[in-house]
Amino acid sequence: MLNRQGRPTAAGEAESRSHETFTGNRALQQIEPLIFEIGHRESTGVDIEKPAPFKSRLGKHARQGEIGLPGLSEPEAMRHYVRLSQKNYGIDTGLFPLGSCTMKHNARLNEKVARLPGFSDVHPLQPTSTVPGALELMLELARYLMTLTGMPAVALSPKAGAHGEACGMMAIKAAIAAKGEGATRNVVLVPESAHGTNPATAALIGFSVKAVPARPDGTVAVEDVKALLGPEVAAIMLTNPNTCGIFEPEIVEIAAAMHEAGAYFYCDGANFNAIVGKARPGDLGVDAMHINLHKTFSTPHGGGGPGAGPVVLSERLAPFAPVPFIHVEGGKSRLVEHKGDAPEGNDPFGRMTAFHGQMGMYVRALAYMLSHGADGMKQASEDAVLNANYIRASLSDLMSLPFPDHPSMHEVLFDDEWLKGTGVSTLDFAKAMIDEGYHPMTVYFPLVVHGAMLIEPTESESKAALDLFVATLRDLAIATKGNDKSRFTAAPHHAPIRRLDETRAARQPVLKWEKPAPVKEAAE
Amino acid sequence: MRYLPLTDTDREDMLARIGVPDVDALFSDVPKGKLLKDPLDLPRAKGELEVERILGKMSARNTAAGAVPFFVGAGAYKHHVPATVDHLIQRSEFLTSYTPYQPEIAQGTLQYLFEFQTQIAALTGMEVANASMYDGSTGTAEAVLMAHRVTRRRKAVLSGGLHPHYTQVVETLSEMASDEVVALEADVRATEDILSQIDDSVSCVVVQSPDVFGNLRDLRPIAEKAHAHGALLIAVFTEVVSLGAVVPPGAQDADIVVGEGQSIGNALNFGGPYVGLFAAKSKYIRQMPGRLCGETVDADGRRGFVLTLSTREQHIRRDKATSNICTNSGLCVLAFTIHMTLLGQAGLSRLADVNHANAVKLADALAGVKGAEVLNESFFNEFTVKLAKPAAEVVEAMAAKGVLAGVPVSRLLPGAGLDDLLIVANTEVNTDEDRAAFVAALAEVL
Repeated sequence: MLNRQGRPTAAGEAESRSHETFTGNRALQQIEPLIFEIGHRESTGVDIEKPAPFKSRLGKHARQGEIGLPGLSEPEAMRHYVRLSQKNYGIDTGLFPLGSCTMKHNARLNEKVARLPGFSDVHPLQPTSTVPGALELMLELARYLMTLTGMPAVALSPKAGAHGEACGMMAIKAAIAAKGEGATRNVVLVPESAHGTNPATAALIGFSVKAVPARPDGTVAVEDVKALLGPEVAAIMLTNPNTCGIFEPEIVEIAAAMHEAGAYFYCDGANFNAIVGKARPGDLGVDAMHINLHKTFSTPHGGGGPGAGPVVLSERLAPFAPVPFIHVEGGKSRLVEHKGDAPEGNDPFGRMTAFHGQMGMYVRALAYMLSHGADGMKQASEDAVLNANYIRASLSDLMSLPFPDHPSMHEVLFDDEWLKGTGVSTLDFAKAMIDEGYHPMTVYFPLVVHGAMLIEPTESESKAALDLFVATLRDLAIATKGNDKSRFTAAPHHAPIRRLDETRAARQPVLKWEKPAPVKEAAE
Repeated sequence: MRYLPLTDTDREDMLARIGVPDVDALFSDVPKGKLLKDPLDLPRAKGELEVERILGKMSARNTAAGAVPFFVGAGAYKHHVPATVDHLIQRSEFLTSYTPYQPEIAQGTLQYLFEFQTQIAALTGMEVANASMYDGSTGTAEAVLMAHRVTRRRKAVLSGGLHPHYTQVVETLSEMASDEVVALEADVRATEDILSQIDDSVSCVVVQSPDVFGNLRDLRPIAEKAHAHGALLIAVFTEVVSLGAVVPPGAQDADIVVGEGQSIGNALNFGGPYVGLFAAKSKYIRQMPGRLCGETVDADGRRGFVLTLSTREQHIRRDKATSNICTNSGLCVLAFTIHMTLLGQAGLSRLADVNHANAVKLADALAGVKGAEVLNESFFNEFTVKLAKPAAEVVEAMAAKGVLAGVPVSRLLPGAGLDDLLIVANTEVNTDEDRAAFVAALAEVL
């Protein structure tokens, strides 16, 4: 209640300096214990009526003893998770320039439509006659993805980017086996600048990995690729635009060289946001490319997932796409869930996941595509590229660009040359950005430059927001040359928590809460 | 376009600062002739209202589980999720955050991951759990790879009670990696002789309980034999609510436990996104796939959480990583852990009791239906019914009567000669009226 007799507060009363609080809380920033420290084993936030007595059919398998988990009543649970949320930085909090992650605006319309009961409350194994709208949505999403990439087929089911990579590489492996070269073609070329998932994926499905050196200008040269080609090479995994934020200028020649050598071109589509509506992977000679719906098509990152990684496939790989998929013939669509059920000419390599993939993400991505339209998606890519280059132009006098000879695409890469002799590292600089209210850029990736800082603003930022960001980074950059190093080396100073001891976490792993041992009374 | 803040004036000013005449100058590395001139052949931008209308129409063509008596399971289950869960996971700070690579401004995510890992360890009776996989099926394939790393062997034996789609996911990955898989025949009555398959060449045995046909299985003798031969037991479940009522795999000496966590906190979503649960004995931590959250302290000695043991992961180890997984199921984990926190052990056991009681009621009612026979000796909330007619036909006919009756085994295992079997699930959402409708429709159809 408003106290109408109270006196208005004035700034003058807050003269004295701050002190430590008794609670350790700092107003809106509250220390929040673990649920195991506040909950009780008899508490619950869900009212469920006890069933009438019945004869159990669990046999000898009934659980003995308790699980050992506390519950919270609804108000306690609400407060616990709201307080936790307040310790997180999200896109809705501020600029989130995490390179190669495409942290763009997550429209709430997409959340709303994904929750329509016809999408969220349908079972993957209910009769297909009861889900024609779900199949229609998947076909429509597929049509958009194929049109945007200029590719003739798409496998929707992979659950995330790395899973999509695995799917694409499995299709390549199956195609090679079908040609009778399975035993001999087992090497995959991966540039040094590649995302770690690329070599991990190749290794996962039994390929050995050979590194393609990076050119001094941050690109991959067709000559270097050709030098590595031979009858043992199955494919190249190339990110385009690459992880240095550059569109690979020789990509068409690289694709041609791969094909001439009887090998395939896997394109990592993590950076597709730079070129939607501007260039089509299908026109560049790509055989397979995953699309991170959670990057390019704005499905929420959700603190680390769920993602979705549909893979577009060339004519040569399409027959090997995994089940399940929807087959359309004579205007009728049919869900193919088994190899033996595949139409003539198809030879699915297998199955990636139990069901049809990330339907919840399909709905959101399609809502994004419908909202933007062909014109809006092209504009989004142009704005993303424009924003990155604007940041580059506004900072390159203070921060060093390792690859100044190429324009940046949707992200700009700086190295730490400009920090030399300051005593401030890339990590320190990133942590100081936290104090200024920004999420740091991607740091120390890609590995091909020293102390990398990869900034991807996305198209979601206004010019005013970018100007403020640039001004802040300029202030910080200048401050690195000054005397107040602790601004950086001890940062963050104003986050909910200070720098954490990661070495200790790894050396003495504590991966779950354990009930503290009772404190022993001092010996009498 | 409502999502794009730049104005045309902004764009001009920015191009001037960059020093290029137009935006296409920034695309100069795109090879000649490959830069698109015209917009692609797709519709133009639409307002919210129009998008809602289009997607609303598509949604309306589907029969939602909540709209009919609904008994479909076999790996995904219709449960009630408290309203609190969906409200909380839509908090901006959760929904729009990234993988917690900057822990100082991601303690919210990290703390709930830590709480989640603790919950999963307790539920499964295991020592450690990771921060999730994509789903139960991909988690199972990852568990097999993990067992191969631990044992340095490359042969997996899969029970005939394992969900056939899980079997296929394991087979697909194993075939690619040239690993051996022995998948036993569909085992409807849980009578297979899996023990005789275990010898010194076997890396792991994969057994699901409750299995895809609903049977509860005794894992102890399998663990015993596996361990005697240096192999691991991988225990799988697709219905996590069962852990409220049955002996957990950890108490039966399983080495790795994988489960589908969709039932708690998450909607059916036509198959995804779901959340893979993954737990193991702590001696195998360093061979585990996926992210792990660990406790540590900050510069002031205050407790905090970080992602840890990342030297197992692809961004550090590249082709030597334990898995290629990067993104996992963050927000589905949050939904799970909130729902689980609301339940607590008290709520979960109650929920499990209701599920079991409802399934028993339906099984009992089916005893009076001519041409239908429940095959299971034991079950939790799902069982298999042998019908006098092909199950797929029965399901279609019952759907026409407004009852979604279950999953015909022929949908999962076509051509296996099991066309007369129907897998039926019952959860807390099913009422006595639903069951009466089921029984009446089935009796009419048979």
